[in-house]
Amino acid sequence: MLIPTVPETKPIKLSVRNMAFSYGQKKVLDGLSMDIHAERVTAIIGPSGCGKSTFLKCFNRIHEVSSAVNVSGDMKIDGVDIYRGGIDEVDLRRRVGMVFQKPNPFPKSIYENVAFGPRLFGVSDRTTLDGLVEDALRKAALWDEVKDRLKESATGMSGGQQQRLCIARALAVNPEVLLMDEPCSALDPIATAKIEDLITELKESLTIVIVTHNMQQAARVSDYTAFFWLGKLVEMDLTERIFTTPRVQMTEDYITGRFG
Amino acid sequence: MRLFDTELKELREGIMAMAGVAEEMIELTIQALAEPSPAKAEQVNHLDRKMDEWELRLDQQCIDLLALRNPAASDLRRIASSLKIIPELERIGDHCCNIARRVGMVHPPILAGNDLERLGTETRSMVRRAVDAFVSNDAALAHAVILSDDSVDALYGKLYRDLLRSMLADPLCIERASHLILVIKNWERIADQATNIAEEVLFILEGRNAKHPYLRGDSVE
Repeated sequence: MLIPTVPETKPIKLSVRNMAFSYGQKKVLDGLSMDIHAERVTAIIGPSGCGKSTFLKCFNRIHEVSSAVNVSGDMKIDGVDIYRGGIDEVDLRRRVGMVFQKPNPFPKSIYENVAFGPRLFGVSDRTTLDGLVEDALRKAALWDEVKDRLKESATGMSGGQQQRLCIARALAVNPEVLLMDEPCSALDPIATAKIEDLITELKESLTIVIVTHNMQQAARVSDYTAFFWLGKLVEMDLTERIFTTPRVQMTEDYITGRFG
Repeated sequence: MRLFDTELKELREGIMAMAGVAEEMIELTIQALAEPSPAKAEQVNHLDRKMDEWELRLDQQCIDLLALRNPAASDLRRIASSLKIIPELERIGDHCCNIARRVGMVHPPILAGNDLERLGTETRSMVRRAVDAFVSNDAALAHAVILSDDSVDALYGKLYRDLLRSMLADPLCIERASHLILVIKNWERIADQATNIAEEVLFILEGRNAKHPYLRGDSVE
């Protein structure tokens, strides 16, 4: 495994050491180690089935909702073990938000979608909620488009707007990390460009990990890129190095489309 | 073979063909100077049009590949470097024309010995080897070409001083000597172009920028 050799000024937000993951008997990830820095965008690339999305889900333990899984090794957030550090799962998912491939707004109003998280965490004062909703929608670059129709159903929005609403919903509970699992794969180029601009703005205050099949997207939005293959990390480096002078032939073959 | 690989091969073959014309121009220029032969000098001029045509065509090929194929890693380096190698080759053609148009103005010879001819042949060798390094992906050869530039520079310096001395000794040769100074300057520039091509070859093959080593604290070889 190759990890970046360049000095980094931002602190380590997420650290992974010798991590392995299996669904029952099936090992999906093995021997993974990497550091993910705060206020940086880290892209995970690799062929289908290489474990990218599974890896992402391990950071907020969302896979535990539906499957019997086994995670070994260390995964830490701010130095505290995500699995054995006594962290409350619900609080972990507030700190580590997630946006999925397909926009999945609740069948409620735009306002209620964004207010859902804060309500869950006990915010009931209307003025406070209004402020949180506006702030999250502004951060998600959606406020100007929806401020006059907050009571309308979220399902009537365009795909790109729905995805930004999902980002706003994640931002409303003030997360520290945002996990994005192919957030633009269902969007057209204009909506994609808006999400990509948003990612660049959000990294000012968030740690972002994005899984993408679109290599140009990884090149455009990320500071670091990690290449996964068959559940292992092959190479991780500054994105500009991965896309101009990768150190491992397998990475070169993958990003130039000569894989396999 | 993938379509993109075929397109990269076509670009490479185009650059080889353009380099072939550049080498032919250099050869004709050496002969035109030595004989002297206005007919060969005219052939050099004629070939320059071919070089210009190649430049436009290959530039467009590179731009198309960048726009349509989103190249990365070694593919990106090869196309980016091709965009720099192409104008280097075109400039070699221009320098040959600059020399060829002075063929009738530098005779009878001023300098004894074969240093002037040697400057031409050493420069020709550098261009050949730089192109060979590109074609055969030979980093060691590219590195050797870069080292050869010092020898051409030294020969240029010697010829320059010899010509100044000739002018001081015989004012009647000043006009011919002035043209010869431009001739040797053009050869020296062609050698620089060969060096630049070799540096691009190293970038393609090794991913490191070989230009301006002093900025990296490396010794200037």
